[in-house]
Amino acid sequence: MPLLSLITFLPAVGAAGLLVLPRKRQDLIRGAALGVSVLTFLLSLKLFTDFQVGVGQMQFVEEMAWIPSFGIRYKLGIDGISLFLVLLTTFLTAIAIGASTGVVHRIKEYMVAMLLLETGMIGVFVALDLVLFYVFWEATLLPMYFLIGIWGGPRRIYATIKFVLYTMAGSLLMLVAIIAVGLLHAQAGGEITFDLTVLMHAEIPPAIQWWLFLAFALAFAIKVPLFPFHTWLPDAHVEAPTAASVLLAGVLLKMGTYGFLRFALPLFPHATMTFLPWISGLAFVGIVYGAWVAMVQPDLKSLVAYSSVSHLGLVVLGIFALNGEGIAGSVLQMVNHGLSTGALFLMVGMIYERRHTRMIADYGGLFRVIPFFGGTFLLVVLSSIGLPGLNGFVGEFLILLGIFRVHPLYALVAVTGIVWAAWYMLGMVRRVLFGPLTHPENADISDLTWNERIVLVPVLVLIVWIGVYPAPFLRRMEASVERVIVQVKRRQTVQGSEFRDQGRAALSPEFVSMNPEPSTMNREASSMSPEPSTKDGPEREEK
Amino acid sequence: MSLSIPQLDWGGAAPFLVLTLTALGILLFDLFLSVRHKVWLMHLGLTGVLLTMALLVSGFGDQKRVVGEMLILDDFSRFFHLLFLLIAALTFLVSVKDVEQERIHRGEYYALVLFATLGMMVMASAADLIMLFLGLEALSIPLYILSGFLRGQLTSNESALKYLLLGAFASAFLLYGIAFLYGSAGSTRLDRIAAHLSHGAAWENPLVFFGIGLLLVGLAFKIGAVPFHMWLPDVYEGAPTSVTAFMIAGTKAAAFAALLRVFGTALTPLHAEWVAPLWILALLTMGVGNVAALTQQSIKRMLAYSSIAHAGYLLVAFLAGSSRGFSSILFYLVVYAFMNLGAFAVIIALARQGEERPTLSAYAGLGFRHPVLAFSMAVFMFSLAGLPPTGGFMGKFYIFSAAVEANYVGLVVLAVLCSLISVFFYLRVVVVMYMEEPREGQPNPVFSPAILITLFLATTATLQLGLLPAGMWDLAVRSVRSFLG
Repeated sequence: MPLLSLITFLPAVGAAGLLVLPRKRQDLIRGAALGVSVLTFLLSLKLFTDFQVGVGQMQFVEEMAWIPSFGIRYKLGIDGISLFLVLLTTFLTAIAIGASTGVVHRIKEYMVAMLLLETGMIGVFVALDLVLFYVFWEATLLPMYFLIGIWGGPRRIYATIKFVLYTMAGSLLMLVAIIAVGLLHAQAGGEITFDLTVLMHAEIPPAIQWWLFLAFALAFAIKVPLFPFHTWLPDAHVEAPTAASVLLAGVLLKMGTYGFLRFALPLFPHATMTFLPWISGLAFVGIVYGAWVAMVQPDLKSLVAYSSVSHLGLVVLGIFALNGEGIAGSVLQMVNHGLSTGALFLMVGMIYERRHTRMIADYGGLFRVIPFFGGTFLLVVLSSIGLPGLNGFVGEFLILLGIFRVHPLYALVAVTGIVWAAWYMLGMVRRVLFGPLTHPENADISDLTWNERIVLVPVLVLIVWIGVYPAPFLRRMEASVERVIVQVKRRQTVQGSEFRDQGRAALSPEFVSMNPEPSTMNREASSMSPEPSTKDGPEREEK
Repeated sequence: MSLSIPQLDWGGAAPFLVLTLTALGILLFDLFLSVRHKVWLMHLGLTGVLLTMALLVSGFGDQKRVVGEMLILDDFSRFFHLLFLLIAALTFLVSVKDVEQERIHRGEYYALVLFATLGMMVMASAADLIMLFLGLEALSIPLYILSGFLRGQLTSNESALKYLLLGAFASAFLLYGIAFLYGSAGSTRLDRIAAHLSHGAAWENPLVFFGIGLLLVGLAFKIGAVPFHMWLPDVYEGAPTSVTAFMIAGTKAAAFAALLRVFGTALTPLHAEWVAPLWILALLTMGVGNVAALTQQSIKRMLAYSSIAHAGYLLVAFLAGSSRGFSSILFYLVVYAFMNLGAFAVIIALARQGEERPTLSAYAGLGFRHPVLAFSMAVFMFSLAGLPPTGGFMGKFYIFSAAVEANYVGLVVLAVLCSLISVFFYLRVVVVMYMEEPREGQPNPVFSPAILITLFLATTATLQLGLLPAGMWDLAVRSVRSFLG
């Protein structure tokens, strides 16, 4: 059974089905959309149970010719990294659709957009062909564009156009790089192909790798978003309807970090090493900057948005630590951030529906009025700042461990980022939940409804589960993470020696001076983590 | 002195003949039909078009020269012929409402469209520069008339006059270029010119240099390449909307067919000294077209500037040359025809009588008042912007691949940035349709079956070319191979 295709396209088929439902039957439309998303989630659970632990290669691979004359294939597959992102997507989409009770007008179009978005997001995480990946990548853009633009806040049109233009600025250059990767493979004697698993073994001269890496990295950096490409994010988040915010923070941002891990690193190992200090530096600035800006936000949504900039900076830093702890921690932290920030946006949306304001100053002393909400909110915030026993701790701890092994000083500053997170998050909690009830209109708002509780409980369960017993998750990603590291480091050392002189000769002087000693970095990198086990050669995929 | 009368190969010339006879038949029957029955003229025209298409499809694969070896019928020309006929057929369908609302004389209208189509077909088939010129005139003269068809309207008159004057300039340039090439090669036949230029020394002759330059200028006028584009926005905006649709899709395709035919057979390989001018021409065309489209309020004018921008992308592919570059032009022109005719069908459905400058505000809230119309318009806009999963994306993908392969990476990066600009104004149409509230007194669309058929065809084709482009791509490759060898 083509399980991955089924999971990917079930939401799209469901969206087509919604179109024929009568517009008046709002409940039916809601129910059908929820049913489709829950069914998709249940199907994706089968991926989790059937996943072979300890196998680093792609699993559940499906392959078919798509555009034969260009070597473009319809190829899907997941490994221990994408598995969790697919699960996160199907899970959060179901939650987001369940939580969309606040949307009352144009409900049919809304649900169609949500389901199409889900197909796009899953596709991004399962595609193994670069062109197919690009198509899904762009396919997520349009539903989100409509979701923000139609159901968003007062400045929605500005926000949605900014979102589209920023994303496309990066992705169009990535398209050129994708074409170049495929053609380079053809020119080097192979057939033209965009198959990631084949291209990973292609040897691209470092001088070209740098440009290609930059094009990919720009697209991903805008999506993550890394400082200074983050300016679209606060606008998009503040204007987006709740469910779109949940998916934007929960899943769409992960497409950027996933892109680094799946494409930029394995395809361009040499350039990865070259730009490692620069990207780590940006991530680093993002951690600190995001935290500082979040501290002074008067608006709940933009506070959470800036906290995402900070948190994802840590994830990127973990990826570029290039060791098992760092990457595994980053993958887990992507899931964690999806859960906790998703839940934060959900709850901000719930309180907004009651009071129609997101200003922190308009709240205060809510704990006594709505204890259920207060307790849940506190738990989610604690998960977000990485309290031991909750999910955030495991991810952050692993990332810090990974960074520490490479660069203790970096780890130190990254820790201060976490401390700041605690500061602004708890400060926000204090001003919203505790203290005297300064605004009398807050006195009679209602506590969480049953629907809201049902939506939040699964998220809370996962938050606690990952915090207490993360082994089932980490076990599944171990082999794949190791494979990425082997891929980057092995080929880096092999290629570095072969191409270094050639590459440096072909480069413009600015570039050489920007990176005076690539060779020392190699040594550093390889001495930092012992060459993982005795795998001989980058083995070919599956079959 | 004996006059040699060339043998006419009736079978080979059949596609041209059928179309000519249809057009003449329409003119003739027009005299006898009462106003009520004139709709039959369109049916007659459509029948003729479909018959010609059937003749062409059945001939696929073989290669011959007809009409005294002046015209070539190979897969390349058949590909273009079918495209032109398709454009003509869709133009007939979208013009039903225009014709009724604006009380255009039916017989002449349909006949002129068919004559223009014939001119395009001759251009794509030309084996001789004289034929190329004849085709261009047979295309242009009906269009001068058609763009001025709304005699009562100032804009339409302006459009026709501008088109006539600047079109005459363009023809003169082209003719001058032909004369220079004739002076150098001693023949106007493409294969003889090719044979002449196969000796490297022939390129040293300044006549060749000026000949190619003037030929390029003449065709650049027709394509609408910057800086030869000045006429285009005014003409396209002022002409009756259905005529604009025909011109935007048809003229560009015909001019590119001629460009490929001439440069692919006679002037190949492109000499190094032409790379820089074409590079700049392509960049200017993309840049100016997209930037100027940004500020347009009238949707017709916006699409006119966007057609300039698209000519720029096609020039990138032309510069890339090679079988892949040429094939990507063919593919893109097909997508381009569908998405533009589709967009114009929507504009026509929403246009009110006598209103030749429909503004964007007429589309406010369309997304929820008329979901089908707005959905197809959104598909066309996404396709024009080059977003997957539409044909526009695949077209750009093919063009950029060809150009990257030919090592024009810098130009491709610039092209990509230009198309980023274009995302803004194409998506603005979608913003207005879906994200603004409807206003008072907006026109109600008129859905004739003809418009619905056009919309259906254009939407499915645009999406299909985006999702399953392999078939059309292979056809394009095969067609190009038939004359590049």
